[in-house]
Amino acid sequence: MLELRQLCKHFGGVRAVDQVSLRVAKGEIFGLIGPNGSGKSTTVNLIAGLLLPTSGRIVLDGEDISSLATHQRVARGIARTFQNIRLFGQLTVWQNLWVAENRDRQQRAQPVMPRWFWGCEGDRERLGIALEFSGLAHKRDDLAANLSFGEQRRLELARALASQPKLLLLDEPAAGMNAQEIEELDARIRRIRDAGVTVLLIEHHMELVMAVTDRIGVLNFGQKIAEGSPAMVQNDAKVREAYLGTAAA
Amino acid sequence: MDFYLGLLQIIGVHTLLGLSAYVVLLTGQVSLAQAGFMAIGAYVSAMLTVLAKWALVPALLTGGAAAAAVACLVGFPALRVRGLMLVVATLAFGEAVRLFFFNFDYQIAMGGIKVGPLGGEGFRQIRYFPENGWTTFQVMVFIWLTVGVVMTALWWMDRSRVGAVLRAVGEDEVAAQSAGLNLTAVKVSAMTLGGFIAGVAGGLYAHYTTHIEQGNFNVLVATFAIAYPILGGLSNVFGTLAAVVFIQGFLIEGLRFLGDWRNLLFGALIVLAMNVRPGGLLDAQTMSKGLSALRRLLDPAYGSAAARQAIDGLKDAGAMFRRLIAKWKGAFGA
Repeated sequence: MLELRQLCKHFGGVRAVDQVSLRVAKGEIFGLIGPNGSGKSTTVNLIAGLLLPTSGRIVLDGEDISSLATHQRVARGIARTFQNIRLFGQLTVWQNLWVAENRDRQQRAQPVMPRWFWGCEGDRERLGIALEFSGLAHKRDDLAANLSFGEQRRLELARALASQPKLLLLDEPAAGMNAQEIEELDARIRRIRDAGVTVLLIEHHMELVMAVTDRIGVLNFGQKIAEGSPAMVQNDAKVREAYLGTAAA
Repeated sequence: MDFYLGLLQIIGVHTLLGLSAYVVLLTGQVSLAQAGFMAIGAYVSAMLTVLAKWALVPALLTGGAAAAAVACLVGFPALRVRGLMLVVATLAFGEAVRLFFFNFDYQIAMGGIKVGPLGGEGFRQIRYFPENGWTTFQVMVFIWLTVGVVMTALWWMDRSRVGAVLRAVGEDEVAAQSAGLNLTAVKVSAMTLGGFIAGVAGGLYAHYTTHIEQGNFNVLVATFAIAYPILGGLSNVFGTLAAVVFIQGFLIEGLRFLGDWRNLLFGALIVLAMNVRPGGLLDAQTMSKGLSALRRLLDPAYGSAAARQAIDGLKDAGAMFRRLIAKWKGAFGA
């Protein structure tokens, strides 16, 4: 599904992402973890196309997408959410979903003018489903800026799903959530996976990551130090060292 | 009477100019090129009616299309830069257009006299309206019909997906990209539409004044163009109209009796207006309040309630001023 090949991103002398290679299989929930500043968010921005790699390749379903613009990657099925929520605050909940461009090729082939002004045919049903999923149907015409924090997170997730992605990038979706909200998030992520969407989850909240992911990759100082099932990663010496430091000896 | 008709014509043309900047501002771009697009529309449509003897409406549309084409071409390189850099780039373009017309001669002899644009002297004898027997009143009505059509179209566009897309780009470009929007396409489309509206405004301006020159399209006009939607607020097209009425009708014409003091007050009153109404003269809240008040006024059962509403509105205004004065007192440490 998604493959990173020796991906590098350097900012001046800083190697934010250094020779990272990963494979995310279709239909799995892949966790990407690491201490602060280990290059997780940079990796997401590279995959989403907000940053271009210094070297290395990003391959989606056999196609090299390393140099494509962000909106072209969305058209190929990559959608994302942001660590610090980025909604269109002065648009209503419905408009936030409506803005999201649809990936479906058949629908993209419809005439431009009606598509621009009214959206694609079937938009109403598609967005209705996304709205239902976010649990915000009753706030359809509220401004996004007036939603509570948890609702904003749900709306952002729904906006990402509105473009009908194959691969969903979640950048710290649990940040600022309480235990109950995290439980709901866990269920929501599983439902997304069950609907056939591959999920790449970047998260600090270890309980959530260990519970929900199929496989995990661990970054430290921009390099991948471990990859495997949650149990394997938890017992990896290098990972423990990265998180807890070396034993004084 | 002619004075008021003339004032209405000015307000109409400036509303179109403000709306052209409104469209571009929705995407978060500040363009000082609108006066340049207006100049292109003015010269092209005037040359078509005077030199090629076209009818007015096709000439106006062609002038608008020419301005739109240039706006589209300018849009691609200009929109690669942002913020202040874009302001400077569009300012430079607007001045380049003005200087082009400063040096542009294209005169042909017609009935013994030479007509057409003549560099610094400008383009005289744009006599379409007098030759075809239009009265000032009819010209004014024609201008306002155009304003009405453009405002209706933009009002509807605001409510379609396009409106949401333009505003999304204006609010957060990174999020808009990540929702799959092609930023360049959206921004250039907005620029092109803005160019078209400015071009039509220029065409109308050229025909009602009958004489245009490069100085009519200087930086001051470009500044006014973006000042209208900023002052009026971006929540809907009527804000721009309100701002044009406020500036052209009240500040410029209404305060003429003050003589030189007017120029001093001009800036101060704009600052005051923005202070009192930070969301624009007509923000979304005022608009919905106004609409429901109007509905109630038209409903006979609520006649007396409407009067109460008006009194409450005055009270609100009084409270607003008191708050403002309290704020200023605080600022001076009083």
